[in-house]
Amino acid sequence: MRVGELLTAGFLALLSLYLMWKSTELPIGYIAGTGPGGGAWPFWLSAIMLISCICIAINWWRGTSPASQSEDPVLDRHGWKSLIFVGGGIIVFVALISIISMYGAIAVFLFYYIWFLGRHGLILSLAISLITPVALFFFFEGAMQITMPSGLPFTDPVFNFLYEIIY
Amino acid sequence: MDVLLLLADGMLLSLQPLNLVMILLGVTLGLFIGAMPGLGSVNGVAILLPVTFLVPPGSAIIFLAAIYYGAMYGGAVSSITLGIPGASTAVATTFDGRPLAQQGRASLALVTAALASFIGGTVANVLFTLFAPLLASVALSFGPPEVFALMLLAFATFVGLGGDDIPKTVFSICFGLVLGAVGFDQISGAPRLVLFDYNGFLQGIGFLVLAIGVYGIGEMLWTIDQTRGDVTATTPKMTIKGMASDTKEAAKRGWKGTMIGSFLGFFVGVLPAAGATPGSLMSYGVAKMVSRKPEEFGKGSPDGVAAPEAANNSASTGSMLPMLTLGIPGSPTTAILLGGMVIWGLVPGPRLFVDEQEFVWGLIGSFYISNVAALLINLAFIPVFIWMLRMPFTILAPMIFVLSIAGGYAATRDMFDIWLIVLFGLGAFFMRKFDYPLAPAVLAIVLGPIAEPTLRQSLLLSSGDPSIFFTRPVAGPITIIALVLIFLPAIKVVRRMRDERKPAS
Repeated sequence: MRVGELLTAGFLALLSLYLMWKSTELPIGYIAGTGPGGGAWPFWLSAIMLISCICIAINWWRGTSPASQSEDPVLDRHGWKSLIFVGGGIIVFVALISIISMYGAIAVFLFYYIWFLGRHGLILSLAISLITPVALFFFFEGAMQITMPSGLPFTDPVFNFLYEIIY
Repeated sequence: MDVLLLLADGMLLSLQPLNLVMILLGVTLGLFIGAMPGLGSVNGVAILLPVTFLVPPGSAIIFLAAIYYGAMYGGAVSSITLGIPGASTAVATTFDGRPLAQQGRASLALVTAALASFIGGTVANVLFTLFAPLLASVALSFGPPEVFALMLLAFATFVGLGGDDIPKTVFSICFGLVLGAVGFDQISGAPRLVLFDYNGFLQGIGFLVLAIGVYGIGEMLWTIDQTRGDVTATTPKMTIKGMASDTKEAAKRGWKGTMIGSFLGFFVGVLPAAGATPGSLMSYGVAKMVSRKPEEFGKGSPDGVAAPEAANNSASTGSMLPMLTLGIPGSPTTAILLGGMVIWGLVPGPRLFVDEQEFVWGLIGSFYISNVAALLINLAFIPVFIWMLRMPFTILAPMIFVLSIAGGYAATRDMFDIWLIVLFGLGAFFMRKFDYPLAPAVLAIVLGPIAEPTLRQSLLLSSGDPSIFFTRPVAGPITIIALVLIFLPAIKVVRRMRDERKPAS
């Protein structure tokens, strides 16, 4: 945790510097007749972010924050495993949206999580994975009239069937 | 006396069968729309606006106002049960609502939120009825320096009252403000902070993108990591007896927050462009400041739930005031309501109270009826919300992820924003590991677009002289209080360091 906190502060300091540099694409000073330039607000806020990062590093050096006193790893074996399986699952879920539609991706993600990660029974996992996207379809497309991504054309027959029920 | 007679007439009008059905339908729909992460009163009112052409204008506005009421109650539900604030007005509710739910006391949190919302709404209705024209003129006297001072005060409550790491809190606030500046410069119209030259950033970063990323993804990953995926602490039970004792406890431990939120929320809500978000945040800060047990805040204090909930309901009613009396909307939802009124041939402004008395008092009467209906319907549905929490975590967690992604898309309709949600979620997970408070960033992204133009307009008015924030009669005291709150922790640190040195020497 100790090294991690310093690395995080360093990364955020670099981000602050990038934002300061990016802000200078617009004027950052006071322009007579028009007021502060368009870049002034984000520039000075990013500067305060940078100063905050320096203060965080000083606190780390003084050992005042809990993380700076801890020798534990940022993520242990279980932590990495859950981050990869859950975080990775979410990334795959989002990537699948443009291929098999929002509702298809929801069904796959729910089945993966409930059956594979949650170790629930096959029937329960399948039931939740299939009922939830259908219920969400009627809520979003029918009640709220919000169209979700429908994926590649091969999903059309399913959507045509469901749209016939709504309209 | 005249006012009371007009109000009685208005209430009778809103109790007519058609209007009553509109109120009950609107409140119930609003409750569920508000409880859905990603959807808030704006979505509900906007989507259901065309439905109102089927009924007379009076019933139509009553329906929309009822949706608004229901959604404000519903916002607390997702904050408490799922830990995801569906709207910016409910961010402060997560601070204590979620810890209460995690302790298995979701019922107490939900009852407290419902009661506080009801009292907040009632206080606001009474203030609205009695002082509408007077408050409208006060609100008009708020220029850019006053609004900026108010924004400064909202941020100061975070810095001055937090026991958290101050540099991390300041970083979080500034980060949220910078994210709020992404897109276009509001004054010159030039593209600004188009990060890594991705065109997706041209449309800016919305509040929901950050909020859903932080709470729907980041916090959930953190919870899974901390609990090793075995969340067994949340097994709330729901009985009539338990609900009665929760009501008693909510009244006993949440009254102070409710009162603060009711009055402060209304006042902030009345101000054009301010709205319920800074109102709920300030109420939380003030409730913590005056509490005898401030250390309980953030760990599950009923006062911490009551203050923002009373405030956001009170502010919702308050924001109707400038809309009706001046034709200035106080929030995005009231802007849509204003649009609806114009479509129906009603002209908001000072003449509305004279020319359309029946309409105005019918609407005000419906606020009272909607408030009672919202309380009863909300309390009736609490067992349903509690049942949701009794689901095994390995089913609840993926449901939350799914609602976050689907709700996020419903709000923005852009896949770029969905990828941003995932990115913010992963970033928030690591920042949470190192104790960076993330709520200030989420609120800052909402308040930034209000704060920046008011700062720039103020400095333009004063030709760049910042003393404008100190010399004006209203802005001056607010700015000074804000600065005291901001520098209070720094003064405390210096004093502590001096005290530590004394015994050593």
